[in-house]
Amino acid sequence: MSVRIGRRAFLVGSTAVAATLPFPAIAQGKPVKIGLLTVKTGPLAQGGLQMEQGTTRFFKDRNYTLAGRKAEVIVGDTGGNPAGTKTKTQELIERDNVDMIFGPLAAFELLAISEYAAQNKTPILSLAAAEDMTQRKPNPYFVRASATSAQSMHPLADYAAKELKVKRVMTISEDFAFGHEQMGGFQRVFEDAGGRVVKKLWPPIVTPDYTPYLAQLSGVDAVVQGFAGSNPLKFMKQYKDQGLKLPVISGSVGCDDALLKSFGDEAIGIVSCSAYCADLDTPSNKRLVEGMVKDYGNIPGIYAAGLYLNGMVAEAALEKTGGKTDDKEALIKALRGVSLTDSPRGPFKFDHFGNVVGSFYIRRTERKGGKLVNTIIKTYPNVSQFWTYDEKWFLSQPVYSRDYPPLRS
Amino acid sequence: MRPLALLAALALAATVPFWIGGPYYVNIASQILLYAVFALGINVIVGYAGLVSLGHAGLLGIAAYAAGRLLGAGHGHAVAIAGALAVTVAASAIFAALALRGTGLGFVMITVALGQIVWGVAYRWISLTNGDNGLSVSARPSPLGLSLASPAAFYWATLAVFLAALGSMAVFVASPLGAAVRGTRDQPRRMTALGYHVWMIRFLAFVFSGLWSGAAGVLYLYYNQFVSPQAVALTASAEALLMVIAGGTGTLLGPIVGAGLVVVMKNVASAYIERWNFVLGAIFVAIVVFMPEGLVPGTRRLTRWLTRRRLPGAGHLPAARQSLP
Amino acid sequence: MSLWLVLAVNSITLGGLLFLLSAGFSLIFGLMKIPNLTHGSFFMLGAYLATSLIARGVSFWTAAVVSGLAVALLGGLIERLILRRLPGAELAQVLVTLGLSFMIADVCLMVWTGDPIQVATPPGLRGATALAGVAFPTYRLAISLLAVAFAAGLWALMDRTRLGAMIRAGVDDAPMARVVGIRVSRLFTTVFCLGAWLAGFAGVVGGPILSVYPGLDGEMLPLALVVVILGGSGSLLGSLVGSFIVGFLYNFGQAMFPELAYVVLFLPMLLVLVVRPQGLFGRPAT
Repeated sequence: MSVRIGRRAFLVGSTAVAATLPFPAIAQGKPVKIGLLTVKTGPLAQGGLQMEQGTTRFFKDRNYTLAGRKAEVIVGDTGGNPAGTKTKTQELIERDNVDMIFGPLAAFELLAISEYAAQNKTPILSLAAAEDMTQRKPNPYFVRASATSAQSMHPLADYAAKELKVKRVMTISEDFAFGHEQMGGFQRVFEDAGGRVVKKLWPPIVTPDYTPYLAQLSGVDAVVQGFAGSNPLKFMKQYKDQGLKLPVISGSVGCDDALLKSFGDEAIGIVSCSAYCADLDTPSNKRLVEGMVKDYGNIPGIYAAGLYLNGMVAEAALEKTGGKTDDKEALIKALRGVSLTDSPRGPFKFDHFGNVVGSFYIRRTERKGGKLVNTIIKTYPNVSQFWTYDEKWFLSQPVYSRDYPPLRS
Repeated sequence: MRPLALLAALALAATVPFWIGGPYYVNIASQILLYAVFALGINVIVGYAGLVSLGHAGLLGIAAYAAGRLLGAGHGHAVAIAGALAVTVAASAIFAALALRGTGLGFVMITVALGQIVWGVAYRWISLTNGDNGLSVSARPSPLGLSLASPAAFYWATLAVFLAALGSMAVFVASPLGAAVRGTRDQPRRMTALGYHVWMIRFLAFVFSGLWSGAAGVLYLYYNQFVSPQAVALTASAEALLMVIAGGTGTLLGPIVGAGLVVVMKNVASAYIERWNFVLGAIFVAIVVFMPEGLVPGTRRLTRWLTRRRLPGAGHLPAARQSLP
Repeated sequence: MSLWLVLAVNSITLGGLLFLLSAGFSLIFGLMKIPNLTHGSFFMLGAYLATSLIARGVSFWTAAVVSGLAVALLGGLIERLILRRLPGAELAQVLVTLGLSFMIADVCLMVWTGDPIQVATPPGLRGATALAGVAFPTYRLAISLLAVAFAAGLWALMDRTRLGAMIRAGVDDAPMARVVGIRVSRLFTTVFCLGAWLAGFAGVVGGPILSVYPGLDGEMLPLALVVVILGGSGSLLGSLVGSFIVGFLYNFGQAMFPELAYVVLFLPMLLVLVVRPQGLFGRPAT
């Protein structure tokens, strides 16, 4: 019966191969192929669907043409797990011959394919925030236009200590690498500015009831949270129901713009920091927000905007290489050399690890005209993944984790 | 007739990299075989011993993580593989001893609990498993100097393991132990009355299934060159169980067909069908409605029904004209 | 200390929600011996349907009952068309209920998309009630009372009504019950519908606490299984006690042993099963 499957696969495979036979024409005749690794099924689908929306929005805006060359987007559903991501990546690279990959969504998906893609010299433009991807275990073909896990937490901690005058906090975030790295980054800058992290709570990603944790949040000036996916909604609702009044300081996805429509009054007053804010007044962002509202009925958050950004980065790189994608080294060099001033996230460029250096926005959630919005209250320009620390020193320290930086007892 | 069909199947399987149309499909074939090994192992306990397990992904994960850690510690591939299998067999023994305390849903829930505990450890014990960042393996082994880095080479290695698994299953099923296991499924009380040690028979079946789950785990690690807690989640165990049930428990071919179905749907069909999850669920429902005993026994039944019209010695007369017995 | 008081009260309120969640599963499994793995999907579907109804102005409790009815209808169809052909075929039941849960989950994703949806707490139960100087969410307290009411109601149904007696007769000895004139098949459909209604209703009731999002089904089903197994499948009293025990384990376990947060429910369940495989209140396997 493995024979039967084999034949079926053979027929499917040969049809697919026949359908993608290159036209006997000059390189410019062939479309530039971009593989989008996203999650369309399961609990991570929320972010994944937005990634696809942002990508579609960009290519529609550009009429599926980049630098004079036709562009084609091939979408792969990873299912939200590393093995599925690996298979889809293989499909995109080996079967579809993509020139670059947008996505994947999650850090563990990215880690599963990083080495494989690097071996094939396929550039990856991902939102996955894993720190070491551009620090201690860098992938030379990786480009990240959004942020590392801690990159938005450093300025947030600075703001909290210096402008909100917060002295003592407790942190609470999901118990996985993204949560650890976010809170680690916050803690380092916050404590260097004279603040103190009293306790760090780590509920598992799947936690139906946060009450056992909420009951421990007391004796501090504010609570710092870094929840992702649908959890911020659940957390804030239960936070309010439990009668907690402490101000909440949030990471980028904990108060993502696209999630605001689902929140109620419990979100009002949250101070967060993100690489993206729908409120930002740049021409390209205006275009993005209008397009997203028209097509999907909701303002974009970091997932959609991040992919739109990836599209702009790809376009700028292709303009540099004259539309050519055959020379992989030239392509990645062009990608990392992109520097834009008008983008949905404002001006940015990349450091030599391929990670973005750009503006980060402190926002406050408020109700305007009946709708919840994040209003920018401060901009930190030119923020790199190392904040104000010396790069060599930063890299010599261990990566942010559950127990690093350690709690001062 | 049958040995000829087997030889043809073997020939086709052995030459897959040449006719299947690209390294991507060779990789799919490797995945089908690796999950078939896993499903065959689960079939021993679910199909032949009649005990439903939802924790075998835990055993697969233990093998993958053990091999990953041994490789990370600088050991060679042979040590890593042997170590992983040994650890998994030991773990299976522990799982079996605990799970066999229950019967029916109790057994299932104990396996769920064990699987979830392995999952929790994989997430939480970061110093051992690197948490959700997972363990990466940079190189595949090179047995006898032949590197398994290429899809085709890995496929042949997987095929070899698969054939070994299939062979051992065939031997097991035909053996007195295999018959005893089926006996404990069908008539446990009678078996006890006849003097068979039902618990020990089930225990051995579980450990045997654990061994092959371990082999699948090693293959999984080398195939993906990465393992993370997702591999031991409850959904992974459920998927493997579904492969066995959909294909047909208690048959040798069933788990292979089931593995093929799920792998193809997840990886290949998902490229063409956006709502492939829905379609996969619908296929499972359809299987239960039309072939509740599974795809393989159901297909056998169907072909027997289709070919029943032909009478022996009917010659060239159209069979429909003659009255059937 | 207020921390322990909060945890203790929350154990009871969480237990109440868990009972509502698992009562349906316990009913179906206890009476019909069907492991209804679609249960989590029923829960989630009920919640999603209610969000649409509430958005159209339907009141919370009406939406809860009506969504439950819609889920019950679906459950009835499933039982009549599919599960009825598989009496005792445990593996086939597992396969089909899991397959259905894939289908329902995907339909929910299609219709309601991937964004989480908040369910507003019903008016009148908003805010907090003060007990011993600590504030507890009023809604949660209400849920525990609701759970006890349902437990009492279900027990009365099974033990004190003619319908309950007929159902129990059908469970104990279906052929004899049929001989006596009891329409066993129709009763089983009724039981399945009731179990599905409970699941859908519980999904709506849980909405203000959990919100609704893809993946809710997979998160709730293991909890229901733990409750039913700990308490002993087939025993409604067992499910009630099991719910509160799980509530306590969850709250105190997560707070006191954060290292064991992942296994805080499964480790005790494992211990109970190893020592007493039929659960706390179940009958020993014959």
